[in-house]
Amino acid sequence: MSSAQAGPLPVVDHLKIPDDGDPYLEGSKCGACGAVYLGRRNVCSRCAERDQMETIRLADTGTLYTYAIVHRSFPGVETPFVSAVVDLDGGGTIKGNLMDIEPDPDHIKFGMPVKVVFRDALGRKDKDGNSYLSYFFVPRG
Amino acid sequence: MNTGDVYVIGVDMIKFGRFPHRSVPDLGAEAALMALDDAGLGMRDMQALYCGNLYQANAMVGQRILQQIGQTGIPVVNCANACATGATAFREAWMSVKAGVHDLVLAVGVEQMGKGLLGGGGGSGGIPKEGLLGGVTMPTVFAEAGMEHARNHGTTFEQFARVSVKNHHHSTLNPKAMYQIETPLHEVMNAEMISYPNTKLMCSVNVDGAAAAVLCSERRVKELGLMKRAVKVRASVLTSDPWQERDLVMPDVNSCTRLAASQAYEQAGIGPEDLDLVELHDCFATAEILHYGNLGLCPEGEAGRFIDEGHASLGGRTPVNVSGGLLSKGHPLGATGIANIYEVTTHLRGEAGKRQVAGAKIGLTHVIGLGSACGIHILERAG
Ligand SMILES: [Zn+2]
Repeated sequence: MSSAQAGPLPVVDHLKIPDDGDPYLEGSKCGACGAVYLGRRNVCSRCAERDQMETIRLADTGTLYTYAIVHRSFPGVETPFVSAVVDLDGGGTIKGNLMDIEPDPDHIKFGMPVKVVFRDALGRKDKDGNSYLSYFFVPRG
Repeated sequence: MNTGDVYVIGVDMIKFGRFPHRSVPDLGAEAALMALDDAGLGMRDMQALYCGNLYQANAMVGQRILQQIGQTGIPVVNCANACATGATAFREAWMSVKAGVHDLVLAVGVEQMGKGLLGGGGGSGGIPKEGLLGGVTMPTVFAEAGMEHARNHGTTFEQFARVSVKNHHHSTLNPKAMYQIETPLHEVMNAEMISYPNTKLMCSVNVDGAAAAVLCSERRVKELGLMKRAVKVRASVLTSDPWQERDLVMPDVNSCTRLAASQAYEQAGIGPEDLDLVELHDCFATAEILHYGNLGLCPEGEAGRFIDEGHASLGGRTPVNVSGGLLSKGHPLGATGIANIYEVTTHLRGEAGKRQVAGAKIGLTHVIGLGSACGIHILERAG
């Protein structure tokens, strides 16, 4: 367990890296009420139905719901960055860094279309030296 | 079942500050004795203790307080419920009297804070996520909630900043607040940006503090002849966050507050227009704006106008956070939910000095524990 893996590891469990094909985000959809969740789960916290969850592939496009521009964070975290909450097309809401944009409210528009991209986790490695694949948002023209 | 009302007959708080050389039980004991003195009673009169503390939730803080002020063998319940901890302890105390189990009980809220940003850490395993998957500090979470309000209602950075100007001004009239300093609008807006739109002066102050209240059944208040300064608990409500579609990435402070507010107004048989003052959970300036609408203090979407036109200021339609609020009085997490009961009670008794809301008869206290818990109490002058 002390030697690094060959390829990058997913930054969260619901980021899937298939052997053949592009990375994607995985979610669950309730067959009873239609609520969409990140990752896998068994019970719906909206309607409390059990065993109705279907595993789905979440979209890689969406729109900006809300954001903050972070200027001071925990020690060692590079700032500024844009913390963005994105509603994915077809359901599901995720939070991540909005990249390739000025960290300035004049440049960031509510509802702007964004694309989910998969890139190295800003060079961060775990204690075993593994690198990670993360997801980010970029503006979509 | 005791159908009578429950009253606050003693309440006080220590001046908030930083006391690194004192212990949590020591701070709690001081506030407890002050509240007992306010009621003119002693520890031997108390039938139970409800103690709220967050950071030492596994360390029997209530019993350690009694080890300082009187080990009478009464039941002690230690509560932790994030920033709703103090309100939860108060509500547990209220329930025990309302249920007829006790006639006289003590509620204490106490906290000792470190400095620095509050919020989730890197999580378990893997690599740190802060600044990689967005931000999880408290200023960021409440910046995102504020920007949601901006998106829906056009609220501006300047309007958020005005909340901080107001609450800092109020605190200049409160000797128990951490700070008594005016912060003009340009100073608030040009302070260090922490998470846009929250600058440093728009974030609550991490302080140590303690507050306590003595609660009493109606029958016993009359027997003791204490009705003159007593304050009636007209509503006590606690909610958790109902399901919302963005829950997994946006802790929700709105729907639990709306649910609690509607239950509290129904329990008290009043509406928001009947409130003479409100102490609400201004952990960040953005949060206060959200709660004007959530508590029904202004029509939906008009929170920006509500602050601009001075309706939330001392002398305005519904003064909000005349204590200085969490922004300037300070926010010792577990103490906050009882300190705001102290503030409202003091106004209802007409004892608030320079910051007195003239003729105050009914007031509301509100706290939010992120994750989420909402506690609301409505209090009314009895005597
Ligand atoms: Zn469902």
